[in-house]
Amino acid sequence: MSDATHDARTQILDGIRRSLRRGELAGEARNAVDARLAEPPRGPSVARARLPQAEKVALFCQWAEALNATVARVGAADVPGEVTAYLARNNLPATVAMAPSPLLEGYDWSSQKMLSIRRGRGEGSDQVSVTGAFAGIAETGTVVMASGPDHPVSLNLLPDTHVVVLREADIVGGYEDVWERLRARYGKSRMPRTVNTITGPSRTGDIEQAMELGAHGPRRMHILVVRD
Amino acid sequence: MESTAHAFKENVGHALADPNLQDSLAKLKVGFSERRRQAAERLPEFEALRDRARDIKNHTLAHLDFYLEEFERKVIGLGGHVHWAPTAADARRIIAELCQSVNARTVAKSKSMVAEEIALNEHLEALGIAPIETDLGEYIIQLRNEPPSHIIAPAVHLTKDQVADTFLEHHAKLGFDKRLTERNDLVAEARYVLRQKFLDADVGLTGANFLVAETGSSMLVTNEGNADLSNTLPRMHIVLASIEKVIPTLEDAAVLLRVLARSATGQESSAYTTLNTGPKRPGDLDGPDQYHVVLLDNGRSSVLGTEMQEILRCIRCGACMNHCPVYGAVGGHAYGWVYPGPMGAVLTPQLVGVEEASNLPNASTFCGRCESVCPVRIPLPKLMRHWREREFEKHLTPKAVRQGLALWSFAARRPALYRRLTGIANRVLALFGRADGRYRALPLAGGWTRFRDFPAPQPGGTFHARWAKRKA
Amino acid sequence: MSRSPSKPPARPRRVALFVTCLVDLFRPSVGFAAVKLLEEAGCTVEVPPLQVCCGQPAYNTGDRATTRAIAAQVIDTFEGYDAVVAPSGSCGGMLSHHYPGLFDDDPAMKARAENLAGRSHELISFLVDVLGVKEVGARYDGSVTYHDSCSGLRELGVKAQPRNLLGSVQGLELREMKTPEVCCGFGGTFCVKYPEISNAMVGEKSADISSTGADTLLAGDLGCLMNMAGKLQREGSAIRARHVAEVLAGMGDLPAIGEPERG
Repeated sequence: MSDATHDARTQILDGIRRSLRRGELAGEARNAVDARLAEPPRGPSVARARLPQAEKVALFCQWAEALNATVARVGAADVPGEVTAYLARNNLPATVAMAPSPLLEGYDWSSQKMLSIRRGRGEGSDQVSVTGAFAGIAETGTVVMASGPDHPVSLNLLPDTHVVVLREADIVGGYEDVWERLRARYGKSRMPRTVNTITGPSRTGDIEQAMELGAHGPRRMHILVVRD
Repeated sequence: MESTAHAFKENVGHALADPNLQDSLAKLKVGFSERRRQAAERLPEFEALRDRARDIKNHTLAHLDFYLEEFERKVIGLGGHVHWAPTAADARRIIAELCQSVNARTVAKSKSMVAEEIALNEHLEALGIAPIETDLGEYIIQLRNEPPSHIIAPAVHLTKDQVADTFLEHHAKLGFDKRLTERNDLVAEARYVLRQKFLDADVGLTGANFLVAETGSSMLVTNEGNADLSNTLPRMHIVLASIEKVIPTLEDAAVLLRVLARSATGQESSAYTTLNTGPKRPGDLDGPDQYHVVLLDNGRSSVLGTEMQEILRCIRCGACMNHCPVYGAVGGHAYGWVYPGPMGAVLTPQLVGVEEASNLPNASTFCGRCESVCPVRIPLPKLMRHWREREFEKHLTPKAVRQGLALWSFAARRPALYRRLTGIANRVLALFGRADGRYRALPLAGGWTRFRDFPAPQPGGTFHARWAKRKA
Repeated sequence: MSRSPSKPPARPRRVALFVTCLVDLFRPSVGFAAVKLLEEAGCTVEVPPLQVCCGQPAYNTGDRATTRAIAAQVIDTFEGYDAVVAPSGSCGGMLSHHYPGLFDDDPAMKARAENLAGRSHELISFLVDVLGVKEVGARYDGSVTYHDSCSGLRELGVKAQPRNLLGSVQGLELREMKTPEVCCGFGGTFCVKYPEISNAMVGEKSADISSTGADTLLAGDLGCLMNMAGKLQREGSAIRARHVAEVLAGMGDLPAIGEPERG
């Protein structure tokens, strides 16, 4: 840390403490905020997502569709076929950029003779991407993507069409349940570089307050909800 | 940006005479408030969430130093960098030096009101670094060389036709020489033009809706996905955020997110909510090599512990301006600086000086609609009144107002004198107004009678005079 | 046996009327309507003669010292009454919501201000919420639209009460505006400090009022009513403006605000 940085830091922190009429937090006050960080209290819970798992899945699908995604509920064996069929239904090329993830490798893509797959990060020219999802949020029909070697963030953003494969078991009630899963997977207070929570396709209301889809990210989002 | 808040009254004149602006505002007044109302009704816990959101921000502000240090510790632990900027000039210098350190030619920017506050674009341009606004609304106004008129909908003052003209003027050289007429075509053209700029940018600069102390993450909420491209594709990601954006934990973020989107646009959720934590990790196929957070104070720390502290709870949703009848009449540019509407009327005097912005806290009827929709329950009318008190103490209140008030309060504190004066006023106004029941013009009341008739009193004396007679 | 079905069984209350400056000077009939409604509901009404103003002009101009002096005067004047009632949400809200905060540095005065605040009410909500009045014995042949004045609505929660009582008025039809809760642009001194903005706001309000097709505009605050009536009349509208208390008290045949005496 350079001296200038140190001075600026001290200046701001001292200014805050002067305004709050106290010194650095210590003693009980310090213990209280440490405890709050260690055991984060939850806010008021949202009743609509407190449901048995099957109804959570249904709520997820309902909100995702209401917020302009499309949803197909399929068995694991039908995942590759549904991807090909979706592309055909929408007159999209049978070429996809796919996340190099173990989850997706678990499906039998070799069954799709016409489908051309490139595994890796997203490129500006990609038309369609296929990725998994870390979780789904029933409360708002949101998919959650955790970045890593198996999930480049660019696949969520660059293609015109984003196909998401989400297992029913990964659908949870609200954000708080996602945080718990992230902590379980990455360790407490550790996060992957990027967590994207995405609700439907990209959109903008910047011209005359009218919603248009496909501003910078995908124009279409298709979610395959896979039965356990 | 240069403030024109001192010229508020002239700005208002222009705004009221601008038919395109008035069309846009007519739409805004109905659309935003109706969508917010419906979204709030769909969530029975909404009011409880607002209480909680207020409490979270109050708790954070009371421990701001602690949470900032905690946030910094986490960012550094993950290979990121934190820069502390006491002033706007410090933040500009830090960001410019970071850009220069990677020989940046272009910076892909995602809408940041703090960047507007510190006038970052002008600074970078002067150094030969091109800032490219990527939020569609910000991109449009950057092409038009205008400031934003709304904190979440920067081009809300423009019509589709104005956007079409702007795009034709600026995109023709890129081969787009047809004037577009449909909104979706305009969006598609901007997407195409900006996509290449994203891919070419050396630095991505974003703001932050929240900074999460627990994890050292910056959290960004957008609908377009531009912020995500800005923080994924370029080799350096700079987050510019003011110090009050820090919150303790992810659980707190969940509460704030639930009230933010609903208050702002009436959406259940914005399309993209993204947490960024540090630079690209080993094995990652994309993401920036460098991650920097610039923490800006710019006078905020001195607001803590004062009667104005509650404005630091603001999460920049824009609901106060969407529901403000004054904003609805004149739009955002009239306020003359970065932050318009009720939150701007409280924040702007703090940031540019009460002398410069003295009109803003006065241009309110205190109707209270802003407070009634604020997701973190900021008592905006009360804070505007505090500014009026400071203006009064500093003798900034206009002389005519002060003199009128002094005369009135002299009488109001002497009931017998007051009775005599109101008795005379009542008789005179009733006598001369008797024929019509009202006045079309009245001395000393030109502000009123320019636009409205002034009702004459009922004949027969004041209430108190008549009551005394009745009792006698 | 009481003649009025709305008369509550409770003992008569000693109620002080806070007349308000505008009612005193411009439209005493609103004060008499308030007295009538309160007496019919079983109250004994007094009008403390030393009352002047609630202090809002000073308060909203930032002159805290004058506001405190006036508030202290009001607190003295209204000591000892069971209730203090104003035919205005704005003045009522000043007494019940803003006075205590003026004396944060003076515990004795703050206690007195809080005591007054606890006894202070806006007229219509006092009738309905405190006295339990459910109907009035009035008649008004016409269609009315009701504007929710800001302080009454947002500080005091006055919304359903006037509509409920208006529902009991014979011959009266209520037609709602699209946005009855949006400010009319009066705002006390605001309307003369920023006349162009105020005009834009009241212009929009008058369009909303007109689009209801109602022949009468009602509200619970005379300031707002004078603003809206003045705009409607300048536009040549035939819509008449009255204080809601006048209609509820059966005094709806008086010349409306800004109308000349007949005959």
